Amino acid sequence: MAYRPQKPPLPETSEQLRARIPGWGVDLDPAGRPSVPQEVFDPGAYGARWEFPERQPELHPRERSIEHAFLTPVFSTACPPKGLSGVVRRYAYRRFSEGRAAHWLLLVAADRIDTLESTAASYASKRPDNPFTETGVRAEFSHHGIRSRVGRGRADVKHTWMDPLVVAGPWVAAGTGIAVGASAALRRLNRAR
Amino acid sequence: MRAMVYRGPYRVRVEEKDVPRIEHPNDAIVRVTLAAICGSDLHLYHGLMPDTRVGTTFGHEFIGVVESVGSSVQSLVPGDRVMVPFNISCGSCFYCARGMLSNCHNVNPNATAVGGIYGYSHTAGGYDGGQAEYVRVPFADVGPTLIPEWMHDEDAVLLTDATATGYFGAQLGEIREGDVVVVFGAGPVGLVAARSAWLMGAGRVIVVDHLDYRLEKARTFAQTETVNFAEHDDVVVHLKRITDHLGADVAIDSVGAEADGNFRQHVTGAKLKLQGGSAVALNWAIDSVRKGATISVMGAYGPIPNSVKFGDAVNKGLTLRMNQCPVKRQWPRLFEHVRNGHLTPRDLVTHRIPLEHIAEGYHIFSSKLDDCLKPLIVPTPA
Repeated sequence: MAYRPQKPPLPETSEQLRARIPGWGVDLDPAGRPSVPQEVFDPGAYGARWEFPERQPELHPRERSIEHAFLTPVFSTACPPKGLSGVVRRYAYRRFSEGRAAHWLLLVAADRIDTLESTAASYASKRPDNPFTETGVRAEFSHHGIRSRVGRGRADVKHTWMDPLVVAGPWVAAGTGIAVGASAALRRLNRAR
Repeated sequence: MRAMVYRGPYRVRVEEKDVPRIEHPNDAIVRVTLAAICGSDLHLYHGLMPDTRVGTTFGHEFIGVVESVGSSVQSLVPGDRVMVPFNISCGSCFYCARGMLSNCHNVNPNATAVGGIYGYSHTAGGYDGGQAEYVRVPFADVGPTLIPEWMHDEDAVLLTDATATGYFGAQLGEIREGDVVVVFGAGPVGLVAARSAWLMGAGRVIVVDHLDYRLEKARTFAQTETVNFAEHDDVVVHLKRITDHLGADVAIDSVGAEADGNFRQHVTGAKLKLQGGSAVALNWAIDSVRKGATISVMGAYGPIPNSVKFGDAVNKGLTLRMNQCPVKRQWPRLFEHVRNGHLTPRDLVTHRIPLEHIAEGYHIFSSKLDDCLKPLIVPTPA
């Protein structure tokens, strides 16, 4: 017990564990573990033949953290910022360091704007979004949605009811906002007449 | 090519995208033969990771065949079967030169606090991932490794993250002979961490979760004791009771951002995204271990601040050790463990899902349907 000097006895000895568990203790010596010691200076150990990598051409302006001295020599060109969400993303990167909450909250806000923009745009495309197929909710019927949850004591079931609200909430809020704005505009237009 | 594409929180689909091209002389293009959905992909899927853009392809656990290589690549040729670590690493920056391959400073312009990760939001560099037919692999001379002839593809794909990360989590715990180790989370990473704790000489290993089927797996796969936290009013008190009121010597948080067990934490962290995740498991770890213990964290958290019981950690004199796993550094030893049967990653696979059904795959994994533990994605016919 914590109230006396000796450590409590273990239910099994090392010999019993070695007999019961394949490989017990084979990595007992920390020196044999892969990341021990943590930092060993060996710049050629992983295949690099350069001290600084050749630079990937920057064909389009690439956003970066202002904590970096320059654009990293290699970077992704997938999904560049676009639309209003892109304006917000570029501002978050240009204005705030990673140490500022505003940086991350703006990026989260941009993610939500991106979802709205992209979904709206999809309805003007050949491939409109389909919430039914994209949420994979069909699996509820083919993979035992009820049996997997009911009577199994799962802690997550207590808040599963929130998921539709979390998913649909922003859409309802945006729809309500658009409806309120449109009716206000209509009222103003009628008054002006 | 066909690729999984993120459409917004809880929504993904398969789309036709351009095949990636060589953008740097040390790039390779890999045709993916097997990928996996990771528990941390669910953080992206749930809209929890900042700068996750619509159109992104997820997937940081994949293996495949080299399709083409850039002009400076020397270690690979088209046709090679490769496994690709989830970390993108240049091999030469301050961090890579010291073996910290998960902290590379030359591949992620979007952030300095995290390295580059395939398919893991622009916060981790914005690289498209491997839940697709093809993927661009930067620094082909540094990351990918030929899959040994004897290795099963399902073992290989699980070595690209889950197995390496689980083993690394146990290693971060600095386990000594006879230590009592508590592992929070019985997902694939936690189960490998629990089994690895034995390899490092633990005297007692206890796995905590709320899903009975995963706790059953902990008993069979990792031969550990188990605790279902949903059956206890206060799991911290229970853990103290079963460790003679001393507490464990080592705790491993292999849950991360979407931990259950505390309504306020889960709602503010996982649902409303007001925190960088729900730090329930981390707080339980801090409170349940003995004073002077070590806590290993390799569950994934976001960059937004978390509500963590730091005062208790200070007052108890705890050592907190954490990082993303430097996968390639782990591989030589892990290859030995897989070959001699000390680790059997493919025993964790429960679902094999065609790429075309990936929306259902995410829903099954996210909702834990059909006792899902580890789903693999098959992009092309085997």
